[in-house]
Amino acid sequence: MNAIKFLIAAYAATWLIHGGYILSLVRRFRKLEQQMKELGKENSNRRPA
Amino acid sequence: MKRAFPILAVLTAILLACASYRALKIAPTDALQGDVYRIIYYHVPSAWTAFLLFFINFIASVQYLVGAKSSTRTAGNRIVMVVGVIAVILTFLPPVEHLLPAGMRPSAVATTVVLIVAFYFVIGWLFPRERLDMLAVTAAEVGVVFCSIVLVTGPIWARPVWGIWWAPGDIRLTSTLVLWLIYVSYLVLRRFSSSAQTQMLAAALAVFGALDVPLVYFSIWFFRTQHPQPVIGGGGSIDPRMLQTLLISWMAFLCFAFLLCWWRFRLEVFRRQVEEAHALESLLGAGPSTAPSLPLDRSSK
Repeated sequence: MNAIKFLIAAYAATWLIHGGYILSLVRRFRKLEQQMKELGKENSNRRPA
Repeated sequence: MKRAFPILAVLTAILLACASYRALKIAPTDALQGDVYRIIYYHVPSAWTAFLLFFINFIASVQYLVGAKSSTRTAGNRIVMVVGVIAVILTFLPPVEHLLPAGMRPSAVATTVVLIVAFYFVIGWLFPRERLDMLAVTAAEVGVVFCSIVLVTGPIWARPVWGIWWAPGDIRLTSTLVLWLIYVSYLVLRRFSSSAQTQMLAAALAVFGALDVPLVYFSIWFFRTQHPQPVIGGGGSIDPRMLQTLLISWMAFLCFAFLLCWWRFRLEVFRRQVEEAHALESLLGAGPSTAPSLPLDRSSK
C-alpha cells in the first residue's frame, strides 16, 4: 500500500511538471500578444491624421 | 499546419491515455518490486526523450556554429562525413568490438552512427541558420522539462526500492544532475545575456554540455552504480508485455515532446518578431526626441 503512494506521487509529479510548463508557455504567449497589441496602438497613435 | 496541431494534440492525448492504461493495468506486476516499478513507464521514456532533445540541441548548435561562413559549413559537413565513415569502420574491427559492452552489437552501433550523420544533414537542410538557433533553444528547454521529470521520479522510485532517496557519488545520478544543471545554465545564459554574442556562446556551451549525454547513458555499462543495469540492449531480459508498454509509453512521450517543441518553437518565432517590432518602434520613436533642435521638430518651438 505504501508503494502505491510512491507510484501515485511519481505520476502526479510528472503531470504537475508538464502542466506547469504548459502554463508558462501560455503565459509567455499572452505576454507577447499584449506587447504586440501595445506596439500596434502606439503605431496607430503616432501616424499623422 | 495550424490544423495539424489540434489533430496531433488529440492523437497524443489518446496515445498518452493508452500508455497510462497499459502501464497501470496491462503490464504485469514486478516479482521483486511490486507495483512501484510502474514508475519505469514514466521515468525511462522521459529520460530517453530528454537525451533525444539534448542531442537535437547539440546538432542544431553545431550547425549554427559551423554555418557562420560557407567555408566552415563545407568543412563541417566534410568532417562529419569522414568521422561517420571512420566510426562505422571502427565498430567492425575486432579490437573495438571487444570494447563494446555486453549485448551491444557492432551493427547496431554502426546503424546509430549512420542515423546520427543523416540526422545532422537533415537538420541542416531543413532549418536555415537563424532557425537553427531557435530549434536549439526549443530542444534545450523541453529537454530540461523531461530531465526534471527524470530527476524527480528517480528518487521517488529509489526510496521504496533502495531505501534511500539519492545515492551520493553514484555516477549515473550525479552525471544526470550535472546534465540538468548544464542545460539550466544554458537557458539562464540565453534568458539574461543581452550580448550580441549570446547565441554563439550558448551554442558553444551546448556542444560541451552534450558531451555529458553519452557519459550519463553509458555510465551504467562501464561503472558499478546503484542504478540498475539496462534491460534493453544490455543483455537483460524483460517480459514482452512490459517491453511493449515501455515502447508505447516512449512513443506517447515523444509525440508529447514534439507538440511541446512545436509550441515552444512558435513562441520563439513570435518572441523574435516582437523584439524586431520593438527595435523598429524605438528607431521610429527615437527620431524626433533625439533631434529636438531640428527645424522640422515643431514640438521644440
